[in-house]
Amino acid sequence: MDWAYFLQQLINGLTLGAIYGLIAIGYTMVYGIIGMINFAHGEIYMLGAFHSLITFLICQAAGISGILPLTLLLMLVVSMVLTSVYGWGVERIAYRPLRGSFRLAALISAIGMSIFLQNFVQIAQGARVKPMQPLIEGGIVLMESANFDVLLSYMQMIIIVLTFVLMVVFSTLIAKTSLGRAQRACEQDRTMAGLLGVNVDRTISTTFVMGAALAAVAGMMVTLYYGVIDFYIGFLAGVKAFTAAVLGGIGSLPGAMLGGLLIGLIEAFWSGYLTIEYKDVATFGILVLVLIFRPWGLLGKPEVEKV
Amino acid sequence: MTDNVQLEVEHLTMRFGGLVAIDNLSFTARKGEITAIIGPNGAGKTTVFNCLTGFYVPTEGRLTLYANDGPRLLERTEGFRIPRNNGVARTFQNIRLFTGMTVLENLVVAQHNRLMEASAFSLAGLFNLRRYAKAEQEALETAKFWLNKVGLYEQADWNAGNLPYGSQRRLEIARAMCVNPSLLCLDEPAAGLNPRESAELNVLLQSIRDDQGIGLLLIEHDMSVVMKISDHVIVLDYGKKIADGDPESVKKDPAVIRAYLGEEEDDELPPEILADLHLDPNA
Amino acid sequence: MSAFLTSSRISGAEIAKELAFFAVIALMMSVMILGVETVDRPTGLELAVRWDLVLTAIVSTMIGRLALIMRRENMSRIGQAVLITLAAIAVFEMFVRFRELDDRWAHPVILDMASSSITSVIVALAFIGIIFTIAYFSKKTAVAEADTAPKLGAKIQLAYRSNTKKIGALGIAFFVIFPFLFGENRSAIDLATLVMIYIMLGWGLNIVVGLAGLLDLGYVAFYAVGAYSYALLSQNFDLSFWLCLPLAGIFAASFGIILGFPVLRLRGDYLAIVTLGFGEIIRVILINWYDLTGGPDGISSIERPSFFGFADFSRRVPEGNIGFNELFGLEYSSMHRLIFLYYLILVLALVTSFVTTRLRKLPIGRAWEALREDEIACRSLGINPTNTKLSAFAIGAMFGGFAGAFFATRQGFISPESFTFLESAVILAIVVLGGMGSQIGVVLAAIVMIGFPEMFRELAEYRMLIFGAGMVAIMLWRPRGLLSFRDPTILLNMSTKDKVAGEVK
Repeated sequence: MDWAYFLQQLINGLTLGAIYGLIAIGYTMVYGIIGMINFAHGEIYMLGAFHSLITFLICQAAGISGILPLTLLLMLVVSMVLTSVYGWGVERIAYRPLRGSFRLAALISAIGMSIFLQNFVQIAQGARVKPMQPLIEGGIVLMESANFDVLLSYMQMIIIVLTFVLMVVFSTLIAKTSLGRAQRACEQDRTMAGLLGVNVDRTISTTFVMGAALAAVAGMMVTLYYGVIDFYIGFLAGVKAFTAAVLGGIGSLPGAMLGGLLIGLIEAFWSGYLTIEYKDVATFGILVLVLIFRPWGLLGKPEVEKV
Repeated sequence: MTDNVQLEVEHLTMRFGGLVAIDNLSFTARKGEITAIIGPNGAGKTTVFNCLTGFYVPTEGRLTLYANDGPRLLERTEGFRIPRNNGVARTFQNIRLFTGMTVLENLVVAQHNRLMEASAFSLAGLFNLRRYAKAEQEALETAKFWLNKVGLYEQADWNAGNLPYGSQRRLEIARAMCVNPSLLCLDEPAAGLNPRESAELNVLLQSIRDDQGIGLLLIEHDMSVVMKISDHVIVLDYGKKIADGDPESVKKDPAVIRAYLGEEEDDELPPEILADLHLDPNA
Repeated sequence: MSAFLTSSRISGAEIAKELAFFAVIALMMSVMILGVETVDRPTGLELAVRWDLVLTAIVSTMIGRLALIMRRENMSRIGQAVLITLAAIAVFEMFVRFRELDDRWAHPVILDMASSSITSVIVALAFIGIIFTIAYFSKKTAVAEADTAPKLGAKIQLAYRSNTKKIGALGIAFFVIFPFLFGENRSAIDLATLVMIYIMLGWGLNIVVGLAGLLDLGYVAFYAVGAYSYALLSQNFDLSFWLCLPLAGIFAASFGIILGFPVLRLRGDYLAIVTLGFGEIIRVILINWYDLTGGPDGISSIERPSFFGFADFSRRVPEGNIGFNELFGLEYSSMHRLIFLYYLILVLALVTSFVTTRLRKLPIGRAWEALREDEIACRSLGINPTNTKLSAFAIGAMFGGFAGAFFATRQGFISPESFTFLESAVILAIVVLGGMGSQIGVVLAAIVMIGFPEMFRELAEYRMLIFGAGMVAIMLWRPRGLLSFRDPTILLNMSTKDKVAGEVK
């Protein structure tokens, strides 16, 4: 067994998984609170990627791209803020009027929103892939072997650490603050929460904003990590992140992260040891298996059927 | 005596994780009798029904239904198979009608399995063969019979969801009867009914018992219904059977009174509460 | 502010505050995505600034918001309609002149159109007129009370619902004589055939989604199975289209059963995502199984159908066959095949519709609808939920397979690109927009969703944009679809007309 290869795939998988996990949190929070699949969430992530790319280009044009920490901070903040507005807008326009209505209507509206945003960005920014030169290069060689060196790049370190930090911050936010309490109350019973003085509309909006902000971080990391983005990256990433959310147990924040990491690892190892072409099939296959055998996910609670 | 048994429940136990919902419960229900299961909230009554009708698989115990074609073990039957061929039909605590479909359609859907066979799994129906037409006519007659029985003939073409609450309860019973069961389980059929509707319900249930000769199992809170129409009463408390017998004897059973009213002495209770419970204050 | 803005309930300052808020939102949404374009240069990406677009976005958002405020406060309806029309024109201008960076605003498209030709004048006026009319007549309650099925206007509803059969017959008659009206117009026949494919797919999916209430986001998989079945059978085993057509349906149905069996127990949303996954799996396999499917290149020169095996449509008829034109003593025309294909899909679609309508009145169809309403109650009545769902899934898949085989023989070329998630979304949108379970609704929705966008090919880039926005808009307007009425499958005492009249009241 080639341990070096294994280790490299592990690192790659964790990095990818961290990104999926961040997107998955948005799905899981929204599903938890209003019980619908926010189909446009993948597009929000794509918008986050575009926002960070454009911020970088502006920094470059302004001549401050040499100051790397400042540029990265600007990219992070600007893309989180602007993408959040999209998250807010999507909920406001396409979901809120349909809340409490026919379930399928909200889903169709979400799919429509997803198609709209994809084509909006395609028209506004062009259909071609957007390349970006690597900002952060180099890394630490963890292990040297005959064939190649196992490299943990600085970028991968940043992704994993940043994801971890955000995870802790958001979990604390939800566990400790009144906003988190309001969110949990709305998850349990929206009507009752409203009667008890929770501003339900605002709580739901905040949930979308938080999810969008995290997706924006994921989008920025993908831009930096892979160095190419296009208007279509949202669809597949969205479906995989949703799979991650389901795998971890929908409604559970740690579950989303765990699911993301697992999906990332599965994809990395599948591509590394089996065939790269069928890596998406592997992801979907796992989704199907999880849903059949453990529909409440790894960290979720099983639902007892009420008769 | 035994040949008259419709349902025999032996040592039924149901656990959810650490929670024991039903604890070693045994009882029988007879043909042509109304057996009532009563008990305080959370005593496990609906859980008994869910075990009987296949929504839950019991942790332990044996549930034997004596249908026309011989005994069947319900705990080993897949849920949707239980109602088939003179099996068990039920109603629900929160009415579960097909609200968007008409009253008549509700009753026809209940005869699904017979019609499915007659339509040769839709092929005969698709080509409009006579065999299916005849079966559908029969189903329609059955539906009409029960519509008349529950007094909903005039409303047959209404959407079930538009019926008043009391009529929905009766429709649900009619729908269960269209399955042609040998045991009918009714989960709080009188809940939310006004006194007049409640009295009509009593008549309906008694006529089902007398005319169809099947066993009825009844969960009920309304003591006026229980005491008036049931032939046999089983009292549950915290998943255990605390009394079993005819209504008169159960009513006087001290364990039952304790379960319903708490541990206080009987004479501390004001007479109006006892009257509400249909207990004789002087007993 | 002007007189039409007066209201007793809201002050000018409040309006200004609200408008300012939405201006900021619009600014934040547009500042980068619209305001800065990334341009590919040999040296890498560069930026081109488009502040005018940001400004347009802000202004049109504010105008639109103002109209909404007026609506909320029950102010002048003409005023609202004017504002909404203005905002729409601004957005339209913005998008159409997107790529022309320089004098974007020097030649407003609306004026350009008005000065170019009569048709463009009509199109421009129609655009303005439609928006104005919708803005003027739409009720503000439609969205607020989303779940109480919005009334379409009692009279129209009564007329429609008590005459569904007649309307259906008229529709069929129209589609039957369509080639006689547009027989020489190749693009009209092509468009009609395309719309008809989607009508058939919509009717097929309608069984799954509309009747059985199973949310299937991967319906295109069955379409693909049908198309590839025919293409592969015809190329590898030299089977004729007429033999392959039923086989394609059987294959698709078997696929439906195999895929459906493990997943049909799942709750609605999960089922949706799993079916989406299946759709993608099939596509990925089609792309990667190069030896069998030709991978991304697809399969080309698929055999065209003959005239039921009797005659051939080609110009050069192969040895031993007879040409269609010879058989009927006609002059050769390439339109013959197209018209034949049109009638073929019309018949296939009508069969789908007939079978669905018929099944709905049979126990299986009633069980589907009952299952959609309440699965637990169904189980308590002895209905096998899994088998019932599977039958819906399989029958829906079968019609998808038929449509797929037709698609393959019509195009003569198939590739995985024709079977993306977007196709599934479009078909689902047709079913839901039409009104779940409504046969005529599917036809209307297919015409709206496929026919209109195809007619406005010039707007190519914007087609999908408008398509997506339209999906959202129609859902907000009528969450249960255009024609969301359920007709009972059996009646005892009254006629359909009485029943409808009772409900409309």
